[in-house]
Amino acid sequence: MAEATLTSNRLKGLGGTLAKQGILIAFIVFMIGFALFSEKFLTSGNVMTVIRQAAIVGVMAIGVTVVVIGGNLDLSVGSMLSFSTVLVVDLHDKIGPGEAIAVMLVATLVLGALNGFLIGYLRLNSLIVTLGMLSAIQGLTLIYTGGQNVDISHQDTTWFAVFGRGQVFGLPVPILIFAVVAVIVHVVLAYTPYGRRVYAVGGNPMAAVFSGIRRNRVVACSYLISAFCTGIAAVILGSRVMGSQNNVGQGYELLVLAAVILGGTSLLGGSGSVLKTVIGVLILGFIQNGLLLLGYAYYVQWLVTWVVIILAVWLDVAAKRGRLFSPIA
Amino acid sequence: MSIMNKSSAARLWRQVVRHPIWFFVLVIFIFFSLATDHFFAFHNFQNILVQTSTIGLIALGMTLVMINGNIDLSVGATLALAASLAVDIQGWPVFESWGDWAMLPAVIAALASGIMLGALNGIIVWKTGVNAFIVTLGAMLGVRGLVFIYTQEQSFYAMNFAYSDFGSSAVGPLPTLAVIFLVFTVITHFLLARTVHGRNTYAVGGNRDAAVNAGIRVGPHMVVNFMIVGFFAALAGVTLSTQMGASTPNLGRDYELWTITAVVLGGTKLTGGAGNIIGTLGGVLAIGILRNGMNLMQVPAFYVLVILGTILIAVLFLDKQVNRKEDGELRV
Repeated sequence: MAEATLTSNRLKGLGGTLAKQGILIAFIVFMIGFALFSEKFLTSGNVMTVIRQAAIVGVMAIGVTVVVIGGNLDLSVGSMLSFSTVLVVDLHDKIGPGEAIAVMLVATLVLGALNGFLIGYLRLNSLIVTLGMLSAIQGLTLIYTGGQNVDISHQDTTWFAVFGRGQVFGLPVPILIFAVVAVIVHVVLAYTPYGRRVYAVGGNPMAAVFSGIRRNRVVACSYLISAFCTGIAAVILGSRVMGSQNNVGQGYELLVLAAVILGGTSLLGGSGSVLKTVIGVLILGFIQNGLLLLGYAYYVQWLVTWVVIILAVWLDVAAKRGRLFSPIA
Repeated sequence: MSIMNKSSAARLWRQVVRHPIWFFVLVIFIFFSLATDHFFAFHNFQNILVQTSTIGLIALGMTLVMINGNIDLSVGATLALAASLAVDIQGWPVFESWGDWAMLPAVIAALASGIMLGALNGIIVWKTGVNAFIVTLGAMLGVRGLVFIYTQEQSFYAMNFAYSDFGSSAVGPLPTLAVIFLVFTVITHFLLARTVHGRNTYAVGGNRDAAVNAGIRVGPHMVVNFMIVGFFAALAGVTLSTQMGASTPNLGRDYELWTITAVVLGGTKLTGGAGNIIGTLGGVLAIGILRNGMNLMQVPAFYVLVILGTILIAVLFLDKQVNRKEDGELRV
């Protein structure tokens, strides 16, 4: 016991600060490193490009952050992105852009509500439910399209283009959407009763229930938020590409989760924040971009991401534990 | 007489409750036998076994890791790396004079890569104390990166046809790949049910602190199980590449999800401590028979995805209804 206190005291010094802000420090080190080796890296044009490309993963990751803080996982967002993008692109020519977005958001929310019902109210394991939904939604998407890809016929005249390609005050619209979603969800999590309940449910479900929180509803709502964010990401993606393959979101669920984890949100629930996730998303984006600028092939980023994820989470865990290595024999 | 009927019915019911997936396998087996002309044929059963052997081999190892309370998401990438190594190395000029024996170092290298990646995952989980989900999620990305770096995004083709002949060969009435799968199923079942290592696997997953107190070296134990799943993923990569006579860098994408689906269908708990190989075999066969049967009924593959997802959730729901003994469960 005494030894443990001593160690944690020692870690409270410089090392502790370093470990606690590990991800921010890693971010800064990466930025400086890339900036030293590539002149283009820190130009505003390049930074804009990175954030614009990261916006889709970013918006989804913000929704998933809420789910993860509540102590659950959402693996279904990848195939939900495929589904929503296909739906909004396909309906665009049939019923018009505004209606297409509305119908798509409703359909996506229905899927989110199904997740929420199964996990929140029936209390089934979130990993397996969303794994099942991943497969089922991918199937639904393929049934809907009959295996065909979809696209928008009059790409130059539709105002739908604004979400993926437009600019407002010199800022690309995807970045603005990303920022707006981040701010809204941050406010919800940090300053509203609902946000406090999410942390309570994720941190200690038993205590939360005993203090009168309706856990079912809180968890179900977190899946609605996650689905809604995925719907917004689908609008950006559909508008940018002006078409969609029926498996466009494949693998996104794990990229999104990687960003959330990298930001420092614990998979155990109860801690984390939108700002952390935004940093996680940006780190992934800048690693990708920086390595490409340095002339490495695109797949080298995966290798670097591997190392960065493990180091980041290790530091986080070690800081909480007060020692570097796990004590288990 | 009626008493005996009752007790045997009760025993049957208990078996069904213990392995609900086998009941499901039986139902879909009968259904497809009646519904399609070509399902109930020995030739088709051979097909099903070969088709399921890839996911099946990985699922054997995954069962051990999941009973431990861990998970391995990197198996798909490991499979791709092993397949690429196995197909590429046998074509190296060094082994030109070896003839068919060139396949030997290639396969050994492939299996070794799987074992080493498993050991790496295991040691990271052990030493850092980071959740296996996160460690192997990272490895899933990173190992796929290694595959692309190694292959330079190229597909490899086995120039020696003996390699792909092996994939379509047979031992007596059974395809060789099916035999490999069944033999390893028996071995893994024995390992889990009859050895100290198997008993420790349940102990570590059931209550890690108790396992530590009982003197089990939890860390090395988990590393061994990660090495086993790595070995099986690599072996699946080798067998899959013998079926195609080739390897592609994108091989095995989503296999981690299929494998986990099969293992969970088989009744293994994500929280660890429960599960067995008989259940996993049922889960693997359920997926295989469903895919094969619906294919024969000319149902588009899309519907299989929806049905599998639904079944996965339904099994989870039923399991929860049947085994409502979690005392700490909150009912609100």
